[in-house]
Amino acid sequence: MSDLIYRVKDLKVSFPDLAHKPLFGAAPRTSVLKGLTFDVARGDVLGIVGGSGSGKSTLGRAMIRLLRPDSGSILFEGTEIAQLGEDDLRPLRKRFQMIFQDPMSSLNPRRRVGGIIAGPLRLQGFDDIPRRVDDALEMVGLPKSFSERYPHELSGGQRQRVGIARAIALKPDFILADEIVSGLDVSSQAQVLNLLEQLVRDLGLTLAFVSHDLSVIRRLCSRILVMHHGEIVENAATADLFANPQAEYTRTLLDAIPLPDPDQVWA
Amino acid sequence: MSYLTIKDLTVRLKNGVPLLRKVSLEVKSGEVRALVGESGAGKSMIGKAVLGILPRAAKLTGGEILLDGEDLLTLPPKARRAKIGAKVALIPQDPLTALNPSRRVGPQITDRLVDILGWKRKQAEDRAAELLDEVHIQSPERVMRSYPHELSGGMRQRILIASAFAAEPKLIIADEPTTALDVTVQKQILKLIREMQERHDTALLFVTHDLGVVSKISQSLTVLYAGMVIEETDVRTFFAEPGHAYSRALLAATPKYTDPDGSLMPVPDSIISQVEQQVAAFDAQLKR
Repeated sequence: MSDLIYRVKDLKVSFPDLAHKPLFGAAPRTSVLKGLTFDVARGDVLGIVGGSGSGKSTLGRAMIRLLRPDSGSILFEGTEIAQLGEDDLRPLRKRFQMIFQDPMSSLNPRRRVGGIIAGPLRLQGFDDIPRRVDDALEMVGLPKSFSERYPHELSGGQRQRVGIARAIALKPDFILADEIVSGLDVSSQAQVLNLLEQLVRDLGLTLAFVSHDLSVIRRLCSRILVMHHGEIVENAATADLFANPQAEYTRTLLDAIPLPDPDQVWA
Repeated sequence: MSYLTIKDLTVRLKNGVPLLRKVSLEVKSGEVRALVGESGAGKSMIGKAVLGILPRAAKLTGGEILLDGEDLLTLPPKARRAKIGAKVALIPQDPLTALNPSRRVGPQITDRLVDILGWKRKQAEDRAAELLDEVHIQSPERVMRSYPHELSGGMRQRILIASAFAAEPKLIIADEPTTALDVTVQKQILKLIREMQERHDTALLFVTHDLGVVSKISQSLTVLYAGMVIEETDVRTFFAEPGHAYSRALLAATPKYTDPDGSLMPVPDSIISQVEQQVAAFDAQLKR
């Protein structure tokens, strides 16, 4: 029990469907997550895959309570957080952090890297902030001098490292990484993934890694949730999933990945 | 006989910094050539130079762009634009920004036919409906009356493919057309582009950073680094035996789920410095 960091039960999320909103009255709701149940063990690297619109990002955002689910239960280290208000969530926020997809829009262009990383530390009342900022930069393999730079002075891969540094500076128990390498080219992609692998190993991070790319997920993740139309169609250990995919949709996804091999023929 | 021939193309920023360093390549009719490189390698810049839409800060300082044997750069501007408009089309990267959000889809496909080629509106509309059918869109009439936001990403990209093929161009430049799509949609779109390209016997210059995609779509490829051609070969040779150390490193960095330990390796610094040296040596040679 104690080694489970998350217990999610029958989680449901819906959004208002504004395209069909009547002139007066409430918009009808579109169901995005249709009752999801799963656990995340401490130290797990959970891959969440699915096509666009499958609800994978919504699931991640519900887990770190960036949105409030309609119903269902989210136990985070034994605390029920599904319906907590913002005031009660604030002390918990330092324990789950997020790394965003697009580092250019998730880093304030008018602040220096040091200030960006220090921001959440200050909000959460940490002491010894300059040292923590330096440590975080060191952990993501950036020189300390980078804290004086602005985001636009960095390359895509370096910006994403800053995003990672901001998340790990708080020493969280859980990090959500939402499509964090999809905007990078292959070499920086490989570097960022290697970095995450190393951080998982060194810091014992528990990570949820949202992606549409199963190749990337295979390297990093220990378990995989496959999502399709707001439901979990497969939940398996990584090795099992690749050796013996159970769901039809998982096979479709695997099939669609273009391998760098001219002999792979697409049906 | 190659349809597009680029010879020693050099593009520089206003301050003299080179973006493309004497790039030469050919694309035959009915052939797909991939342009591969990391961001900043200049692969999109080549497409822009051919289309005559280089950004203001960049200047074409040398070389030839032959379209069907005729050098575009020596033509007077008006004749050049007419020729490019009639023979070349673009499939852009992001289907949402490429479509005007406040106009219906139909006119956005037919405008080119009416404005540049002087077709009658009715004739253009029939052609558009026919093309939407060709890119496997159900009920083309309804889609032509829709606004871009009412359609999915895959649908929008299909529309841009249809509109690229509308005027029967001889050359299409596809600038990372599937980067914004998820894998299952990407597969459909790549198959569609290939199918359309074969049916219309078009020359296709396909810009991408994904070697997986390259192996599915193209017959030949050109690898770029810092605006310089590093390797030029056919796809089978490339994947069996990449000729340049940088190409090998790029291949090792490409994700491959069947080989989790042998892929996703960052390009080593030693190889980066090796190509950097090659680029510097090339620049020094040019100055002499």
